[in-house]
Amino acid sequence: METFHIIDLPKTERITKLIDDLFANMPVIESARAKLVTESYKETESEPIIIRRAKAFAHICRHIPITIRDGELIVGSSTLAPRGCQTYPEYSYEWLEAEFDTVATRAADPFYIAEETKAELREADKYWKGKTTSELATSYMAPEAVRAIEHNIFTTGNYYYNGIGHVCVKYWEMLEIGCEGIVAKAKAELETVHVGDGDYAKKSRFLEAVIISCQAVEEYALRYADLAREMAAKCPDPVRKQELLKIAANCSRVPAKGATSFYEACQSFWFVQQLLQLESSGHSISPGRFDQYMYPYYKKDLEAGKITPEAAQELIDCIWVKLNDLNKCRDGASAEGFAGYSLFQNLIAGGQNSDGEDATNDLSFMCIQAAKHVHLPQPSFSVRVWNGSPHEFLIKAAELTRTGLGQPAYYNDEVIIPALQNRGLSLEEARNYCIIGCVEPQTPGKTDGWHDAAFFNMCRPLELVFSSGYDKGELVGIETPDVTKMKTFEEFCDAYKQQMDYCISLMVNADNAIDMAHAERCPLPFESCLVDDCMKRGKSLQEGGAIYNFTGPQGFGVANIADAFYAVKTLVFEQKKFTMQELKEALAWNYGKGLDEQSAADLTTTILKKAQAAGEKVDEHTAAVVLTTVINTQLSPEKKARYEEIHSLIEAAPKFGNNIPEVDALAREMAYYYTKPVQNYKNPRGGQFQAGLYPVSANVPLGAQTGATPDGRYAHTPVADGVSPSAGRDVKGPTAAASSVAKLDHFIVSNGTLFNQKFHPSALSGREGLEKFVSLIRGYFDQKGMHVQFNVVSRETLLDAQAHPENYKQLVVRVAGYSALFTTLSRSLQDDIINRTEQGF
Amino acid sequence: MSYLDTTGRVFDIQRYSIHDGPGIRTIVFLKGCVLRCRWCCNPESQEYRIQTMKVAGVDKTIGRDVTVREMIEEVEQDRPYYYRSGGGMTLSGGECLCQPDFTADLLRAAKEHGINTAIESMACASWDTIEKILPWLDLYLMDIKHMNGDKHKEFTGRDNALMLENARKVALSGQTKLVIRVPVIPTFNDSVEEIQAIARFASSLPGVKKIHLLPYHRLGQDKYDGLGRDYLMKEILPPTAEHMDTLKKAVHAVCALDCQIGG
Repeated sequence: METFHIIDLPKTERITKLIDDLFANMPVIESARAKLVTESYKETESEPIIIRRAKAFAHICRHIPITIRDGELIVGSSTLAPRGCQTYPEYSYEWLEAEFDTVATRAADPFYIAEETKAELREADKYWKGKTTSELATSYMAPEAVRAIEHNIFTTGNYYYNGIGHVCVKYWEMLEIGCEGIVAKAKAELETVHVGDGDYAKKSRFLEAVIISCQAVEEYALRYADLAREMAAKCPDPVRKQELLKIAANCSRVPAKGATSFYEACQSFWFVQQLLQLESSGHSISPGRFDQYMYPYYKKDLEAGKITPEAAQELIDCIWVKLNDLNKCRDGASAEGFAGYSLFQNLIAGGQNSDGEDATNDLSFMCIQAAKHVHLPQPSFSVRVWNGSPHEFLIKAAELTRTGLGQPAYYNDEVIIPALQNRGLSLEEARNYCIIGCVEPQTPGKTDGWHDAAFFNMCRPLELVFSSGYDKGELVGIETPDVTKMKTFEEFCDAYKQQMDYCISLMVNADNAIDMAHAERCPLPFESCLVDDCMKRGKSLQEGGAIYNFTGPQGFGVANIADAFYAVKTLVFEQKKFTMQELKEALAWNYGKGLDEQSAADLTTTILKKAQAAGEKVDEHTAAVVLTTVINTQLSPEKKARYEEIHSLIEAAPKFGNNIPEVDALAREMAYYYTKPVQNYKNPRGGQFQAGLYPVSANVPLGAQTGATPDGRYAHTPVADGVSPSAGRDVKGPTAAASSVAKLDHFIVSNGTLFNQKFHPSALSGREGLEKFVSLIRGYFDQKGMHVQFNVVSRETLLDAQAHPENYKQLVVRVAGYSALFTTLSRSLQDDIINRTEQGF
Repeated sequence: MSYLDTTGRVFDIQRYSIHDGPGIRTIVFLKGCVLRCRWCCNPESQEYRIQTMKVAGVDKTIGRDVTVREMIEEVEQDRPYYYRSGGGMTLSGGECLCQPDFTADLLRAAKEHGINTAIESMACASWDTIEKILPWLDLYLMDIKHMNGDKHKEFTGRDNALMLENARKVALSGQTKLVIRVPVIPTFNDSVEEIQAIARFASSLPGVKKIHLLPYHRLGQDKYDGLGRDYLMKEILPPTAEHMDTLKKAVHAVCALDCQIGG
């Protein structure tokens, strides 16, 4: 049995200073990349797209300004300012221009942008009109899919406007053979391509693009070597001078060649991690099983006496800091859905190796330690748990949880491995899984998972059931029968199924249109050369070069749907406490609360559209009259009382999250309404769709676009996050909530499920508290839950942080599949986190 | 009639309890008590009859009658967590020995289902009653509040002789693990001398290895209002962490028991 050297290695002053510097200012948008990519594109218009991409990437690598920050041991920054971001006009740019004047002051993820930068971006953007992936995607979409997006049935915003990311590449290969090795492989592959081959053009150009890209990466590192040498020459501090010379030596060697030491491996890893993000605007580019592929370098150096655990810990801490140096500016709406400046770089420790043995090692523990030292949102740190996981590893992980960082997230090997095998992965590949982004499992280095492909709000098709497919006067769904005339619960379920099936097909249509656009306009040669089997197939990841190709759109609101259907089944059809007509009215009137501004506007649109359809003339005047009438319509006291009574009856009904067999069984069934149809679809890369059940943070903004639902949820309030029970509805403690959630079928949800629990710090106090907490996780996983994560922070602390954000600049909380700085989140998302049920004792 | 049909009266079930016995536990609170401790944090437990208490302004019925079968079904729900943590079921109250048949049968049902059992009790019952439950009991968390009979009577309404005698008998029986718990109540028993007296007694009981000092808290205060009763300890502040530490050291000074603050 492996014994571990678990020492609580100290945090150095360097790390404290690096972090302070990183968070000293608001992040800045820079224009260098946009200028360079535009310059290059203008010169390559006649060439194949893959070559154009490679040349643009090379142009950026050669000319983008570089910097070595004070005290850094690992170098490579995409922006001059710490935590800054570049822009990626080839994907989309119009939203940024439209938000130039608000981006610095918006609630979620503000960025500073200088007037000069705005002017430079405007100039660069001129070139991109009609040339972006997002414009091409729109023209590929079916009109009904576009309409469904306009009506907020689902959103595909992520890849519609940005790069894909969501990949774990073969870092280990870069560490081992370097760019030169990859170039050699590409050249060898080129030799096998014959001029007469049908795919000669595609394959040869792709391989050439790989060579251009890898050589550009080498050049980029050499620029850092030169800069470090220059800085060393001028450095008065002899200690720092030596450090800079060491950096110069590292960058002269890696990533061009294979790493010969742990330090070089760290630097090589970092260039890959950083440049993947500079090549595309994708997020969730995930380091994956860092403790596994880095371990041989650590072990070798340690045994040879070339490194101490303390020095290695500091290097790992430096990488943790660097992962927070990368940033991304999203459009205002997406920023709400991905709030917290998160890049979702998921890094996972522990778990089994591909032979099924436990692979936890000293680096796994040092990763936990790094997260403790740095205490920052990135990386999204996760741990794998299985029956053979060392107890001490979980105790250390629980200690990290107790700090309130919201990390690590815990993943269950016993569910994820069979779930991936069910998608066609071999046992070995499945055992070697890592997590991408929030909660999405894949086998690294072989997968283009397109995880996070859409947010699908399961409550919206239910609204369509009540309106027979209409939304704001337009037919958006299927014209299902009048809900008030339904005689059985089965009819009601059937109507929901029809709406779901249809809306899911529209979402698939939108995703596939976007997928096509990326293949055509933004194939990524550097990323592709690090994923099997792009090189052999001679095509990029975006064109289906990976061995495994998935599209993973995520649904959310399972708890709302389960509670809603349980209420309808028991209160309407079985006990007849109220009629469907009454329920429909109660929903329209928000359970007696009346119409808010948004509902009034929606109702007005509905009335006007109906009038138009009936051939009546509708102008601004009629619109104003209708709106005024709607706003002034008063609910009679009797009706109001009745709707409130309906609300109390629903509130009193059993709810998901309390380990009540009938409700939980219904929740399992309702989740299938999303997860089963999704897996029937194919994507253009030759792969399959697979469902996830997690919301990132979109349950808040998308909940704000959703009317009242039959589970008692008021209009425009958040929808339940992931597979968690609705906030405040799980009243029997964490074990009951976990057991309910475990009753869903997690195996079919191979794109990941997300279960949030919130604990008061007192619940984890002392060794005993940790032991019991670990048992809770084990107990949940024994029942086949897939994932669980925790916020350990008192409600009082969060309320105080809302009131005095200046005192809580570095308060990190768990949002969804990631952690974020609490004070950078929008007020509504902050409220959502505060209102999650707190398990205190 | 099967023992599973025995009925009892409970007023609360608390899952994921981590302070009352080993591992993750489900606590079943039984209604009815023989004592009337002034500091009692569950005043709604004291009377056996079903009561109404105002909770956050709303009337709430306290107490319901259940069968052992119903109760064990509920306790069963957290089996995966007991299994992983070495936890189980703890009966609390009130004083569970006030419902001897229900307590014995519920403990038996748990053991027959392979669930670890514990009770939190003052041992204020006839020896017959206690003897009946011992075969089904893994852990006895026994409250000893004071060694002085008069003071005990003044603050709880009953003399302590029976309880001290039962404590010794339980220890001598060897049938269950015994842990002594002391609620540390300012003005009642929070002096070094008083705590040391209890510690000496506890360490004289064969097989006892642990003593828990439970600091007084005021979380039950609102319940007195809800029941329309006066809270007699309004002026009393919980002991400070420093004082609890002093008491812990005082315990260690007179005996070899493992002493922990809190459950």
